[in-house]
Amino acid sequence: MSSTRFDAEARQGLAMVSPPLIYAVLMLAAPLITILAYSFFKDGYLEVIREFTLENYRAVWSDPIFHKVMARSLGVAFAVTLATVLLAFPVAYFLSFVVPPERKALWIFLITIPFWTSYLIRVFLWKVILGHNGVINSTLTSLGIIDEPLGFLLYNVQAMVITLAHAYAPFAILPIYVALEKIDRSLLEAGRDLGESRLMTFWRVTLPLAMPGVIAATLIVFIPTIGDYVTPELIGGGKMPMVANMVQANMLALDNKPMGSALAVTAMLIVTVISLIYLFLNRRFLRVKQ
Amino acid sequence: MTDTTATASATKPPAPRKAKSANRYAELQAAKPMIECREVHKYYGDYHALRGINLTIREGEFFSLLGPSGCGKTTLLRTIAGFEDISSGVVLIDGKDMADVPANKRPTNMVFQSYAIFPHLTVAENVAFGLRRDPRSKAEKAAAVEEALKMVGLAGYGKRAAHALSGGQRQRVALARALILKPKVLLLDEPLSALDRKMREQMQVELIKLQRQVGITFVLVTHDQEEALVMSDRIAVMFEGQIAQLDYPEALYSRPVSRRVADFIGVMNFLPVTILSEDAETVRVDVEGLGEIDLPHSQVAAKGEDDEQPMIGFRPEAMSIFPEGQPQTAPRQNGAVIDEVVYYGDMTYYDARLDEVDGTLSAPVRISMRNVFGRDIPDVGTRATVGWSPSSLILFR
Amino acid sequence: MKGSGLRAYAIAYLIFLYAPILLLPIFAFNSGTIIAFPLKGFTTDWFAQMLANQTLRRAFTNSLIIAISSATFATCLGVFAARASTRFNFPGKTGIMGLIMLPLVLPEIIIAMSMLVVLLAIGVKLSIFTVILGHTLICLPYTIAILSTAFNSLDKSLEEAAYDLGETKWSAFRLVILPLVMPGIISALLMSFTISLDEFIIAFFLAGNEPTLPTYIFSQLRFPKSIPVIMSLGTVLVVMSIILLAVAEYFRRRGLARTGQKDHGGFL
Repeated sequence: MSSTRFDAEARQGLAMVSPPLIYAVLMLAAPLITILAYSFFKDGYLEVIREFTLENYRAVWSDPIFHKVMARSLGVAFAVTLATVLLAFPVAYFLSFVVPPERKALWIFLITIPFWTSYLIRVFLWKVILGHNGVINSTLTSLGIIDEPLGFLLYNVQAMVITLAHAYAPFAILPIYVALEKIDRSLLEAGRDLGESRLMTFWRVTLPLAMPGVIAATLIVFIPTIGDYVTPELIGGGKMPMVANMVQANMLALDNKPMGSALAVTAMLIVTVISLIYLFLNRRFLRVKQ
Repeated sequence: MTDTTATASATKPPAPRKAKSANRYAELQAAKPMIECREVHKYYGDYHALRGINLTIREGEFFSLLGPSGCGKTTLLRTIAGFEDISSGVVLIDGKDMADVPANKRPTNMVFQSYAIFPHLTVAENVAFGLRRDPRSKAEKAAAVEEALKMVGLAGYGKRAAHALSGGQRQRVALARALILKPKVLLLDEPLSALDRKMREQMQVELIKLQRQVGITFVLVTHDQEEALVMSDRIAVMFEGQIAQLDYPEALYSRPVSRRVADFIGVMNFLPVTILSEDAETVRVDVEGLGEIDLPHSQVAAKGEDDEQPMIGFRPEAMSIFPEGQPQTAPRQNGAVIDEVVYYGDMTYYDARLDEVDGTLSAPVRISMRNVFGRDIPDVGTRATVGWSPSSLILFR
Repeated sequence: MKGSGLRAYAIAYLIFLYAPILLLPIFAFNSGTIIAFPLKGFTTDWFAQMLANQTLRRAFTNSLIIAISSATFATCLGVFAARASTRFNFPGKTGIMGLIMLPLVLPEIIIAMSMLVVLLAIGVKLSIFTVILGHTLICLPYTIAILSTAFNSLDKSLEEAAYDLGETKWSAFRLVILPLVMPGIISALLMSFTISLDEFIIAFFLAGNEPTLPTYIFSQLRFPKSIPVIMSLGTVLVVMSIILLAVAEYFRRRGLARTGQKDHGGFL
C-alpha cells in the first residue's frame, strides 16, 4: 500500500520493454546459451550427444593450430587497434577544437559515411587494390616499373591490418570526439593560466580527460576486429585464418558443433578477460566524472 | 468541514493583520471550499514525501505552497492535479472525492515549470489543444482561442511557431492554454522561476490581475518567499512534507510560528532570552541587549523546538537607528556600536551590537533603514541610538 | 593559423577513407575488363549487364524485402525499448538493456553461428525469413541509440500537459510524443535499412540458398571477369547508402530543430 506508484511504474516499464526483451532472449540469449551448452557436449556423427564433457576445451587449449590462430587474431587486432586509435586521435582533436561548431555536423557526416557503406565492398576494394592483377600491380606493370606482379601485397598479415584499419577507422573517431567535446574549455584555459605550455596542458589536462573516449575507441575497434571473418577470407585468401574462420570451419565444414562452440566460447572469454584487464589498468581515467 | 482558515498548525495561529483588502478576505472566508486535503500521505518507496497534509483552499483564492526544494510542495500540487496517486488520505475538489479521477478528468489545469509548450504546433494550436473534444464549431473555437490569447496579451500571435517564442511568451501561451478550458482550479508549478528578474516582477502583477479577472482558484508552487508574499491571498509554508504554517502573507511575515518559518521568510534577528515569569496575560523575559520586557501571549510563537535556547525575534525594519544624540520617537531606546554599513541605494543595512547593562555588547543584529532625504547614515565604528517597540518582538521558546 | 597542420592531416585522413571507395565509380564506367590503370574508355556496359543478370535481380529483391522488414521490425521494437529506458525505472533495467544492446559489441560471426546452430537444431529451414530475424537483432541496438536520443530530448511534462488538457494516455502519445519523435523514427528506419542492405555475415550463413546483394557479390569475387559488374553494383550500393544516410541526417536535424535543441552532430 505504501509504494503503489513505484510498483506501477516498474510494471509499466517492464511491460514496455518486454517485446524487445523477449526478442533478444529468443534470438540472442537462447542461442548464446545453446552454444555454451554445446561446448560441454560430445560430438557424434551428424549429431550432438548430450553428455557433459570438458574434452572440447581440453582439445581447444592443447591445439597448436588454435594457439597459432588465436595469436594471429590477437596480433592483428592489437596492430589494427593501435593504428586506428593513433591515427584517429588527431582527427577527433581537430573536429572538437578547430572545426567551428556549425561545421561539425558536416565533418562528422563525412567521416561516418564510409562507416555505413558496405563493409564487404570496402574489404573487397582492398583486394582489388592489392591483388595479383590489382590496381597497384597492373598499374606498375603497365608503366613498366615492374615486370612481374608483386606477390607480397596480398594474402598476408600486413594486408589484413591495412584493410581492417581502414574499415574500422571511423569507429575510433566518434568516441574520442565525444570525450573531447565534453571537456570544459575553461579547464584548458586554467591549465595555460597556471603557467603550462600548450603541449603540457594537452598532456596534463586534455589527454587524461579524453582517456575515457580513447578507452572506448580501443574496445570498439578491438572487439569486432578480433572476430572478423571477411578480411581473412578475402585478403588473407583463406590461408591466414583468424578465430572467426576457425569457428566457422568447425561448425560447418567439419560439422563439429561442440568443438566450434568451445572455440567460440574460449575466444569470447579471452576477449572479455583482455578487455577487463585493459579497463582495470585504465580505471583511474574512468573514475573522472565530468 | 467546520474549520475556516488554517488547519495546518497544531494550535491556532495569531490573528492575521489584514493589510491587503479587508473586503477580499471577508469574501474569501465566505466562499465555498474548492480544494480540501485531509490527512494526505504520500510515499515513494520508503521515502515519506507528504506527511499528513490538511488544508482547505477556497473558491477564487490565490493560494501559494512555499518551501525549500524537496519539501513536498510540488508533490502536493501534482497530487491535486492527479499526476501522483496518494498513499492515504482524501483529496476533494469542489466537494468531490478525487480518488478515482485521473488527471485528464479533473477540473484542474496546470502551468508547468518548463511551460510544456508543444514545439511542433503553432501558438493557436497549442491553445486549442484541450478543445479537441469540444463540440463547438471550428469558428467558435477559433474565436475562443483568440479571446484567450488576448486575455494573456498575445493577440495576433496565433500563427507563430511555438518553439520560436521567448520565455515570457511561452508562459503566456501556457496560461491561455490552461484557462481556455475554464478549469475550476489552475495549478502553477514554479511558473516564474525561468524568467529574469524584470520579467518575473511584471508577470507577478499580470498573474494577480488575471486571477482577479477570471476568478478561478489559483494554486502556486514557489520557493521564492517574495513572490509568495506579493501574489497570494494565503500561503502554506512547507518543510519536509508537512505544512509548518498556513496564513495570510502579513501574518506569516509578522507572526511566524517558528524560528524556521521566520528564517525562511525574510530576515529575522534573534537574541537569546531568559524567561523570568509567566502569568495569564504576559510572559516576562530578560533579553540580551534589550533588558526586561513583558510580552503578551499574542507575541509568543506557539511552536517551540524544545531543546533550543528561547529567543526573541524581530525584523530588521522593526528597529530604527540614528547617530548617537539625535532625537528619537521610539518608545524604547538603546545605545549600540555599528560594526558594518551596507548601502543598497534605497535602503541601508546596519550590523550593530547593543549595549548590555554590565557594559558588554549583545550579539550582532541587523537593522534596516530607508534612506530618506536629509537623514544621516551613521559611520562604521561610531556609536548610535537604536529605537524599538516591544510590540514588534516575537518570543520563540 | 592555429590548427592548419591538423586540418591538413584531417583532409589527408578523409582522402585515405574515401580513396578506395572512389575506385568504384572509376572502374564501373571503365571499358577495360581488368581493374587497372591506365583507364581504357567510358562505358555503361557493366551497368547494363548488371541489370540483365537474373540472379542479381533476385538478390536485389531479396535484399530489399529483408531490409524493409528488418528495418520495420527493429524500429518497432526499438520504440518500445527506447521509451522504456528513457521514461521508466524498473528492476533489472541495466541488465535488460545490456542484453538488448549486446549485438553492438558482439562479433557478427558469433551471432550468426549461434543462431544457425539453434535454427538447425529446431529444424527451421533457412530462408530470407531467417535473415530478417538476424538483421532485426543487429539493427535493434542502432534504432534504440537513435530513438533514445529522440525520446530523451522530450520534456516529460509535454506528455503530462496533454494528459492534463483532457487527452488519454494513448491520445497524448499519438498527438504529442509521436509527432515529436517521428524524425527519430524515420532516421532509425533508414539507418537499419542501410545496415541490413549492406550486411554480409548473417546473410551469408542464415540465407540458405537465397542470394542477397552482399552474398552475391561475395560469390562473384572469385571470378575476375565479373569484377567490373561488381564494381558497378558496388557503386549503386554506395550511392544508395549515401542517399539514405543523407535523408536520415536531414530528419535527425529536423527533429532537433523541432524541439529547439542544439546540434551536437552525428549519430551514436
